[in-house]
Amino acid sequence: MRSIIDVRDLSIEEIDELIRIACDIIDNPGKYSEMCHGKKLATLFFEPSTRTRLSFEAAMYELGGNVLGFSEAQSSSAAKGESVADTARTVGCYADIIAMRHPKEGAPYVASLHAGIPVINAGDGGHNHPTQTLADLLTIYREKGGFSGLTVGFCGDLKFGRTVHSLINALARYEDIKIVLISPEELKLPSYVKRDVLKKNKIPYVQTTDLEDAIPQLDILYMTRVQRERFFNEEDYLRLKDSYILDPKKLVNAKEDLCIMHPLPRVNEISVAIDEDPRACYFKQVLNGKYMRMALMLKLLEIL
Amino acid sequence: MRVDAIQNGIVIDHITAGRGMQLYELLGLGELECPVALMMHAVSGKMGSKDIIKIDADIPVDLDVIGYVDPGATVNFIRDGKLIEKRRIEMPKMLTNVIRCRNPRCITSVEQELDHVFRLTDEENKVYRCIYCETKAKV
Ligand SMILES: [Zn+2]
Repeated sequence: MRSIIDVRDLSIEEIDELIRIACDIIDNPGKYSEMCHGKKLATLFFEPSTRTRLSFEAAMYELGGNVLGFSEAQSSSAAKGESVADTARTVGCYADIIAMRHPKEGAPYVASLHAGIPVINAGDGGHNHPTQTLADLLTIYREKGGFSGLTVGFCGDLKFGRTVHSLINALARYEDIKIVLISPEELKLPSYVKRDVLKKNKIPYVQTTDLEDAIPQLDILYMTRVQRERFFNEEDYLRLKDSYILDPKKLVNAKEDLCIMHPLPRVNEISVAIDEDPRACYFKQVLNGKYMRMALMLKLLEIL
Repeated sequence: MRVDAIQNGIVIDHITAGRGMQLYELLGLGELECPVALMMHAVSGKMGSKDIIKIDADIPVDLDVIGYVDPGATVNFIRDGKLIEKRRIEMPKMLTNVIRCRNPRCITSVEQELDHVFRLTDEENKVYRCIYCETKAKV
């Protein structure tokens, strides 16, 4: 029984295969519309995340399957003190596959040990969120046709942003990638990620605090939100949150085919004036997330 | 019990000087009712100084704990006053309920029934990480 808890659970070949399947779904949706007929996805969301839950549910419906579940801990048996293991065992009797989100790190892994059916981690605290990374990879692939030779910039909260760490981890396995890290001093990429991922894989990278200065060399610009709860005081938050806002002025010297990404939701780090720019890819990312979740469920259910 | 000779039991030898107490505690030796001796900073030809633990009873000891605290220690099994086996202990790949995950965001912080399991992720640097949240264990 295969589960996906961390994007590193997938080999580079498996990721390539998921991308290939997702692209085929995009090209031939009709072929897949009944592939999960009779299958049930359980969405176990111990903390609310409407966006991720709807993506999983839409993915299963588009494959012809059904969905059951809950969207917050209060409406689940966890409110009565049931363990994750017992919830997983119970749901394993009803459903064919689980997508689970939980505020505690490692909870989906615990579920995967007991469910008897595949478990997909739909986010465990600030730890892992593999389907977001898969969505990011599909977006880069579809916009750029591959991964080699790209210069990828990450901007904003690089210290706590798990989507950033996870995508850097995934990209580090491809050849000829360059990374540009753009953040305030306070939110720099942790040194263990630089050491264990970038240096270990010999990925060239530069660190800068200047977004505008870094933009012209980028093929991909991955923006992230600077979250209020990461700061001890309001003053620091207010001072920093506006330093890395992407607006049309900063894009003047950007490449014609720059791909601007963001895991969403955004607050104001990307000006709405950019939404109509053909280089804005963040809503494509949302759509790609659904296709990757479809591909992943097809593989985990051993339908493909 | 004479400290230098036991009849049936275990002698953990060549413990890096200073680590004997930690090992004593993690092995739960204070809770045993049999004679246990912890000798610290004993003179050793090879190591200069070392710690030694002697347990004068035929009881099972979690060798993983020894491998975690001090890989390189040796364990001597004694029967009827004779050495019957001498074993060098290696770092265990997994540690179950030896150390606890201290990450307040880890699932183990809210589910009391879960085993605290750590996996050896970097042998060279002796890094163990929680299998749930990947937090590094403090050695
Ligand atoms: Zn942990």
